[in-house]
Amino acid sequence: MSETSLKGRLGALALVAPLVLFLAIFFAWPLASMLKESVSDPVGSHAFPLTAAVAGDWDRQSEPPEALKQAFVDDLRAIDDQQLLGDAVRRLNSAQNGFRTLMSRTIRAVEEQPEGPLDLVAVDKRWADVRFWRAVADSTNPYTDRYLLAALDYERDASGRIAALPAEASANTAILLRTLGIGAVVTLACALIGLPYAMLVASVDGWKRQALLGAVLLPLWTSLLVRTAAWFILLQEQGLINDTLMSLGLIGSPLPLIFNRLGVVIAMTHVLLPFMVLPIYSVLLSIPRNLMPAAASLGAPPWRAFLRVLLPLSLRGVVSGSLLVFMTAIGYYITPALIGGAQDQMISSVIAFYAIGSANWGMAGALGAILLVATLALYTVYGRLSADRAGGR
Amino acid sequence: MRSRIGILAMGGVVAAAIGMAAPAQARDLTVVSWGGNYQDGQREIYFKPYAEKTGKPVLDETWDGGYGVLQAKAKAGNPNWDVVQVEVEELALGCADGIYEKIDWEKLGGEDKFIPSAVNECGAGAIVWSTAIAYDSEKIAEGPQSWADFWDVQKFPGKRSLRKGPKYTLEFALMADGVPPAEIYDMLGTDEGVDRAFRKLDELKPNIVWWESGAQPLQFLASGEVAMASAYNGRITGINRTENRKFKVVWPGSIYAVDSWAILKGAENKDAGMDFIAFASQPENQARLPQYVAYGLPVKAAAEMVPAEYKADLPTEPDNMKDALSIDVDFWIDNAEALTQRFNAWLAQ
Amino acid sequence: MPLSQSNIRFEKVSKSYGTLRVVDDLDLMIDQGEFLSLLGPSGSGKTTILMMLAGFEAPSGGTISLGSQRIDPLPPHRRNMGVVFQNYALFPHMSVAANVAFPLEMRGTPRSEIEQKVTRALDMVQLGAMKDRRPAQLSGGQQQRVALARALVFEPSVVLMDEPLGALDKQLREQMQLDIRALHKRLGLTIVFVTHDQSEALTMSDRIAVFNRGRIEQIGTPREIYDQPRSRFVAQFIGETNLVEGTLAEAGDAGATVKLEGGGTIRVQPSDLRPDAGRILVSVRPERIRLGPDAASENAYPATVTDAVYHGDHLRIQLDNGAFGFVAKADRKTAEFNPGDRVMVSFAPADCWMLPA
Repeated sequence: MSETSLKGRLGALALVAPLVLFLAIFFAWPLASMLKESVSDPVGSHAFPLTAAVAGDWDRQSEPPEALKQAFVDDLRAIDDQQLLGDAVRRLNSAQNGFRTLMSRTIRAVEEQPEGPLDLVAVDKRWADVRFWRAVADSTNPYTDRYLLAALDYERDASGRIAALPAEASANTAILLRTLGIGAVVTLACALIGLPYAMLVASVDGWKRQALLGAVLLPLWTSLLVRTAAWFILLQEQGLINDTLMSLGLIGSPLPLIFNRLGVVIAMTHVLLPFMVLPIYSVLLSIPRNLMPAAASLGAPPWRAFLRVLLPLSLRGVVSGSLLVFMTAIGYYITPALIGGAQDQMISSVIAFYAIGSANWGMAGALGAILLVATLALYTVYGRLSADRAGGR
Repeated sequence: MRSRIGILAMGGVVAAAIGMAAPAQARDLTVVSWGGNYQDGQREIYFKPYAEKTGKPVLDETWDGGYGVLQAKAKAGNPNWDVVQVEVEELALGCADGIYEKIDWEKLGGEDKFIPSAVNECGAGAIVWSTAIAYDSEKIAEGPQSWADFWDVQKFPGKRSLRKGPKYTLEFALMADGVPPAEIYDMLGTDEGVDRAFRKLDELKPNIVWWESGAQPLQFLASGEVAMASAYNGRITGINRTENRKFKVVWPGSIYAVDSWAILKGAENKDAGMDFIAFASQPENQARLPQYVAYGLPVKAAAEMVPAEYKADLPTEPDNMKDALSIDVDFWIDNAEALTQRFNAWLAQ
Repeated sequence: MPLSQSNIRFEKVSKSYGTLRVVDDLDLMIDQGEFLSLLGPSGSGKTTILMMLAGFEAPSGGTISLGSQRIDPLPPHRRNMGVVFQNYALFPHMSVAANVAFPLEMRGTPRSEIEQKVTRALDMVQLGAMKDRRPAQLSGGQQQRVALARALVFEPSVVLMDEPLGALDKQLREQMQLDIRALHKRLGLTIVFVTHDQSEALTMSDRIAVFNRGRIEQIGTPREIYDQPRSRFVAQFIGETNLVEGTLAEAGDAGATVKLEGGGTIRVQPSDLRPDAGRILVSVRPERIRLGPDAASENAYPATVTDAVYHGDHLRIQLDNGAFGFVAKADRKTAEFNPGDRVMVSFAPADCWMLPA
């Protein structure tokens, strides 16, 4: 390599370096730490090193050995990091509820008797319950699959086998499927509205085009919350739509437009429509204007020309628009929360509950990872399909 | 030449990034509360007077709760908030996790000044507030008297609104099923009790519109979307005062809780924060709160100084307190996660 | 010209956009099997006429018929005309074969027959090997040939071409001109060919219609158009010419005499212009002018060379005789000409053509 081209290459590297740095710091790193969070479980092994050393000797079924109990008490005596202890307690409570109060009682007892053996069952009878000891022993493994399993409504039972959680205990899979379902319906609705709309926009010009584009872009210039609130006002039982329909005598009682799936789909479709219209529109602009006349001259009636020429050519826009809309839709949180009913909540609100509400980062990370995997799987399917359609080009 | 420009550009970006990331020199005392007309009132009686007294500005910010938020801030070190008004659960969790500074009770004039539930090693009570049934007395003349009435859609037709989440909802369901307030948490402590609460919720499920933010239930009431709702008492009184509504609070069966001032561990202005809490706990300052928002006062002397016209709306009034229930924070910090998971599963069915 | 069945007929056809009249009261007949070029500058209405014929534009007035059928109310897909567009208009998402098969599919041709016809059509344009490629993988000339195959595969009796060679480079363009001409002959097609390139029109056409401002200035064989232009516009638009103004002094069967502005006369070939025609123009093509030391014809004028430019196959010489200027094209081998040289400019009366001023 000559000196000048080396210099040029260094210059180019320097120019893209800010971008690479930005991506690494604000995208790759958080993503990686989310994934790590969903399987890593270091708290127990940090907080209870002595217990960790002997936990492997216990079969998790029988009465826990005295050595384990003593190691746990010694660990509690040795901890001086309040935050680490707090994390450990939360970790234990998340595996077995009741640990919060149990631990505060136990820690008090340990403080009162800083030496010698301690009868834990006398402190709290829950220590006689093997489930609590199992939670302690399990927590000392620095890696865990419990979050990922729980995110899919599974758990490890007493013997360590993977078993489905009872239906009334967890609904993550149902919510995940529903999220993908709502995403698909919204995507379909956006495509059905967006394609003709984009064609309309592309077929006119001058101020008409500006006005039509403006109408679809306008939602992007207002905040998501405002738009959602506006839909709330429109859709509610005594809202504009129902009032109008009733005063026109078209309906006798208000239509249920809000707090159900229909309302969510309407509001999300409106909010996400620009992401469908814009890619289709730009693809349509790139289609040579003489293709439709050409098809007509070759004997194609308008609808066949549309099906055989315009539709397949605009499909590229529909597909990239659909990807945009779908990916955005499955992350939606505010709109389903405000417009939807109880059966319309999406996976983001569950993730938000774990991350913001209960500081259970492992669970939040696991759900996020599952969502990511589901999305990537769909994306791969899309990639395969579109590669096939391109005829192996 | 080109590479030099590139390096300069990169240097600029890095410098800018460092500039953004670097903490501002000597941040002002930052107090975080729950927003709305409540925080407007606090600004008048606490933030502004305190800033005038000390001659240093007070920054006030708003949050919507969530223990994860506090934990993340405290864990990262050097939090950008000093004093935060927290709910009981966040106080208990955080105190166990050690994310709060200890309260200097001497500075506040001793623990005896406060009602017992407002005293905690990590927090000092700021208000006592209730979640209760609200209904529009202009639409329902003979209003509901209990949670059993709330569940009775024959007698009181129309939808109901409850906060989306197991907390409060399960307690209300058991009360509607005839469990006396005093036995609620014992009952919920058993699997049968939880099953019973969910069974009771099943009855009302088709008629429930769930709310998530405190303003929603009142909006639903005002628009006629629902006939009655669970709501925060301060909000109910507030909307009556500002919009001349005739919403009624049903005190029997209401659940009250104490919100506390807490200081995040390692906060830059923790001493000033302590002074601020002391200032906000002085009876003559605290007694002015009910004229802005109808929350009860944890400082005993302050409660006595409240003018009679505001007293009737406060959760701490003996008449209002009589058949009310105090939230059991220990129960919820043990069970919130499991019950939320079950509640979400139940919702999704 | 032999009498033949009149195939396409425009009668009093006009087209306006708002107040702008693009085609003005057009009467035009195109014979079966004829290669007619519509030639004119941009905005002269030639493309609009083609678009009306194809059905993409509706006339504002008048009728268009094909044979005995009036076609102007028919939608484009019912007209059964092959159209070759300026930028090929191939369907980018279909293979070459699928593009060519398209018109057959639209006509419900059986599958086996489609395959045969597509193969034959692609072989005809020498692209049989490319049938599985996408248009984007072909060169411009290949794409144009696919477009041609597509417009011909369904055996339309009329093929319309809208500046089909405009995007090709010179060499390819000339090759394609020959190819299209050959196909026209072989298949007996009626071709209406829009172009603004006069040399293309001259090479390819049976007849040329020269358009100006929505009207036909002149229609005729390339020879007539070139040698006997009827107006100043046609004379100047087709090729290059020298125009000299004068008045017709005397006209007879053997020829006519034109009196020039600045004195002197020119003998010209006979025409139907009469002496009362008033001011007229005499057109002499530059390649018809002979330069030499002596007069070579009865039309001879002394002149001074003002400029001589080498063009490879010829020299282009600017001349001035005081009264009027000339441009002449000379064989580069005949002689050397330098500015300031005095020469005799002469041209035969048979090469002088009179037209109205």
